[in-house]
Order: sequence, then structure tokens, then C-alpha cells
Amino acid sequence: MWADLAIKLGVSGLVLLGVLNFAGMQTWLERKQSALMQDRIGANRAYFTVPWWLGGAPVNWLLRKLGGLGILNALADVLKLLTKEDFIPQTADRWLHTLAPLLAVFFAILAFAAIPIGPPVEVWGRVIPLQVADINVGLLVVLALASIGVYGVILAGMVSGSNLATLGGLRASSQMLAYEIALGVSLIGVIMCYATLDLGQVVARQGQLLWGWLPMWGVVVQPLGCVIFMTAALAETKRIPFDLPESEPEIIGYFTEYSGMKFGLFFLSDFVEVVLVAALTTTLFFGGWQVPYLARDGFHFPWGAFVAVSHLAYVGMGIAAFTVKVMAFIWFFMLIRWTLPRFRYDQLMHLGWKILFPLSLANIAVTAVVVVALA
Amino acid sequence: MASLSEQLLHRIRDAHKRRKLTWWERLYLPAIAQGLLLTSRHFWRNLFLHVAHRLGFFREVPASVTIQYPDERRKTAPRLRTRHRLTQRPDGTPRCVACMMCETICPAHCIYITPGEHPDPNIEKYAKSFDIDLGKCVYCGYCVEACPEDAIRMDTQRHDIAAYSRDGMWLDIIELLHPGSRQHTDPPKKYVQLELDEFRKLSHLPPSPPTSGTPPLPA
Repeated sequence: MWADLAIKLGVSGLVLLGVLNFAGMQTWLERKQSALMQDRIGANRAYFTVPWWLGGAPVNWLLRKLGGLGILNALADVLKLLTKEDFIPQTADRWLHTLAPLLAVFFAILAFAAIPIGPPVEVWGRVIPLQVADINVGLLVVLALASIGVYGVILAGMVSGSNLATLGGLRASSQMLAYEIALGVSLIGVIMCYATLDLGQVVARQGQLLWGWLPMWGVVVQPLGCVIFMTAALAETKRIPFDLPESEPEIIGYFTEYSGMKFGLFFLSDFVEVVLVAALTTTLFFGGWQVPYLARDGFHFPWGAFVAVSHLAYVGMGIAAFTVKVMAFIWFFMLIRWTLPRFRYDQLMHLGWKILFPLSLANIAVTAVVVVALA
Repeated sequence: MASLSEQLLHRIRDAHKRRKLTWWERLYLPAIAQGLLLTSRHFWRNLFLHVAHRLGFFREVPASVTIQYPDERRKTAPRLRTRHRLTQRPDGTPRCVACMMCETICPAHCIYITPGEHPDPNIEKYAKSFDIDLGKCVYCGYCVEACPEDAIRMDTQRHDIAAYSRDGMWLDIIELLHPGSRQHTDPPKKYVQLELDEFRKLSHLPPSPPTSGTPPLPA
């Protein structure tokens, strides 16, 4: 029993470490990637030196190099936010005002519990699923937690005692309503194809081959569902082109009345949501931890070749594949964020209700017909 | 066939009319893909170049348009009116004969000259002190044009004038003869008088430290 607990703690620690680092490093990625896309240099100045008893010259050399890459700016950001005044407006509800950012970031991180980050490890006669919570309705849990995450945003808008923040909260709620439906409905196709709600099973079944050579990833069997899901999920992260709740030039957004690390928590929850969406896209549509043609005992290539792989390497490659895919999607979402302009509010509603929603329904109909016809 | 001006006129007249988007354009996805392709092309190109620069390759191809200002400076046109300097005779003494033409023409009244008698009987006067208050200067260049002796020029390519006080923007004759010799930490000095014996020693002053990106001063 203690061993189980220790294993769960270890896995959840691993996931938490990964998620928080990915989210934190996005401040760096955001700066550097946007700079490279716009032919600029980006953050390259912030660094600090340590005295000799903390390592001295070699550590300072490394810090200088990291500062030259702009990585230490993330650290500087956190230091700045932590040392800033935490201001609560007089008209705000003190308790709820403090609760809102915690809610937002808590549920965003909690949703990772159901996502498998690697193949099950078989060690010491146990099978350890690399998944914090092996829930058999994992998909529903993730969707539910992602939806609850918006409560923090709405709450922040409502209790701030500021009209701009309230507008931001209202926009967030109606936007979530418009996209959550398309998001959920677009996933029904995936559920029908793999006939399970268990995310571990969804990933495992994406290891099958279609016609003997094509990995049966979600994007192959559900291309339209994938596009709809990614669009709706982008809207879910509240980032450009769907950043209506926090559009700086119009209303400052639901976090208008937040300062210091509470504002930082909203920022963090945005980034965590980006990681979540990237992880979900990977899990549902791009094979999760599956490496093409890699089965438990090794690579089975479609032309008949076989390369044996040890169990440890199999698990390692699985985790690495998942990480690389998630990173690629974070990069892709960042690319979209720095390429597209913001939607107007009516365009946003038009896209959500009149395009994505009917398309996702049509996707279900077509998928149902095909699944029945093939069965 | 309408003339070009008529065509342009029609275009201006119809500018407010929205063109009806075609089906392909209303799909948005192709345009989005185009945009993503463009930005990601820039991203990968610049990423490759940044890495290559670190390894010492393709140094001549810039990876960004940024000029990192205090470290790098923009190349300015040689005729750009920048900070003043006083030119020197071959023996290092200032060419200025304290004729007061520049002080007279200066619309901002920012030049202050104290004349003194020159030891050479062929030269009537010299400037004992020559001060320019850059806080007042409007960079019109009249002083350069008024000077009969080509004694003042505005070609140092320096335009980074910053000081903690107004007096810090005051340039004395030493600084004008040797641009860049004064450090920003030095206390500002006004009306520095050049006595005759110091006058002779001027050429032995250390040369001004070179600033990166600044072309060498013409003799």
C-alpha cells in the first residue's frame, strides 16, 4: 500500500514538474519565438552573478550564457511579480478575489491527472501506468475540469468590482459556452472510433495500424474532428486569436484588478491551459506516447523488418515521444498566437455557433455511418 | 481605356466599398495556412542563422534587424549634423581665431567664446575658452557655415548626449578639441580657460577613445 502511494506520488510529482516547467518556460518561448518570427532578437540581457561560495566563475559563466539566451527572464518575471504589491480594490470581495486565480490555476493543473504521459511500466512484477489517475472516463474528467477552470475567470471578473473586469468575465463565459460545445461534440467522433472514454485506452488503440502501414492516430481517422478540436481548444486557452476576455486594447480583461503574483497565477493558468490543450491534442489525435511502429517488444516496420527494443528503452521512447509532440504543439499554438489577429466578437460567435458546431455535428453523423458500415 | 489618373480616381472612390469575398477566401483556412507558413519560415530561418552565428558560420547574413544600441551603433551618413568638434592646426592648436561669427549667428545662443591674444603676430586672436551648451543647441549647423576658418565642424557622428544635469551637457574646449575625452562621470566644467602654455601642450592630450561604428575622424 505504501509502495502504491509512493509510486503515485512519484508519477504525480513528475507530471507536476513537467507541466509547471513547460508552462513557466512559455514566457521564455513567447518572447524568443515571437522575436524570431519578427526578425528581432528578443530577451537577451537578464542575468545575475553568484558569489564564489556558490560556485563562482563557472556558474557565473553558465548564468551569463543562459541570460544571453533570455532564459533567466522567466526567473526575473517571477521575482518581480512576487515582490509587487498585492492590491485588492475596496469594491472587491477580498475572499473571492483571492480565490479566483487559485481556482483558475488549480483546475488547469488538475486536468493533467487523467493524461497518460507514457506507456505502462512493468517493473518489480508490477504494472505502473504512467498516469496520475487511471480513470475509465478520463476524457469526461478532463473536459469537466477544463470547463470548471473558466469559473476562476468568471469569478475574477465578477468580484473585482470593476466594469472592465466584469466585461472580461462575461466575454469569457459566453466564449467558453460557444466553444465548449463544439469541443465536446468534436470529441464524440474520437470516442466512437476508439470505443472508449479511457484516455489510456485511447492512446493504446492508436497504436494499431490502418491497412498495415498507417498508424491509426486520431488525426487520420478524424481529420475534421482534429481541426475543430484544435480551433475550439485554442479558444479555450483564451489566447490570440481568441483572447476576447483579455483583449488589452478594448477592455483590459478579467484580471484588470489583479496585481503581483495573483496576476501571475492567471498568466500561469493561461500557459498551463496551453500545455493542457497541447497534451490533449497529442493524446487524442496524435497518438499520445505512441511512436509509429513501436510495439511493446520493438519496432515492427511495415516492410517486415523487426528491431528489438528493451522495455526500459520502450518506456523512455514513449515518454520522449509524448514530450516532443506536446512541445511541437505548444510551438504551433504559439505560432498561431503570433500570426493571426484577434477575432471581432461577432465573428467569434459566428465561428463558434454557426461553423464549428454544425461541422462537429456533421462529423459525428459521417463518423457514425462509417463506423456502422465497417463494423 | 481610361487614363491612369482616372483609374486611380475610381480606385479611391471605390475604396470604401467592400469587395465580396470569394468562397475560397471565406474559408479562411488557406489564408491562415499561408500566414503560418510565412511566419514559420521566418522563425526557422532566423533560428538556423542564430545557431550558425554561435558556431561561427554565415556571420555576414544577419539573423535579425535589431541594432543593439549601446553595443552596436547605426551607421550614419557622413554629412549628418552630429556633435560639434573644433578642428586643429597641424601643431595641434585650435584653428579657431575667436572671430565670434558662430557665437553671433547661433540662433540658440549656445556658444560662449572668450578671446585671447595669440602669440603669433600673423594670427590676431585665439579662443581662450570655447563652450557649447548642448542643452540649448538646435543642431542647425549655422556655426559650421559661418566659420571662416573651418574651425568648427559637426561630423563626430556622436549623438548620444545624455547627462544627469543641465551642466553635464556643457562642452568645454578640451572636449570639443578631443571629442569623447570627457567621461560622463566627470564633474561638468564651464568656461575652461586655455592659457598659452597649456595651449602648446594640446597636441599631447591623449587621443579620444574610439567608439564602435564611428568612422575615424578626418584629419
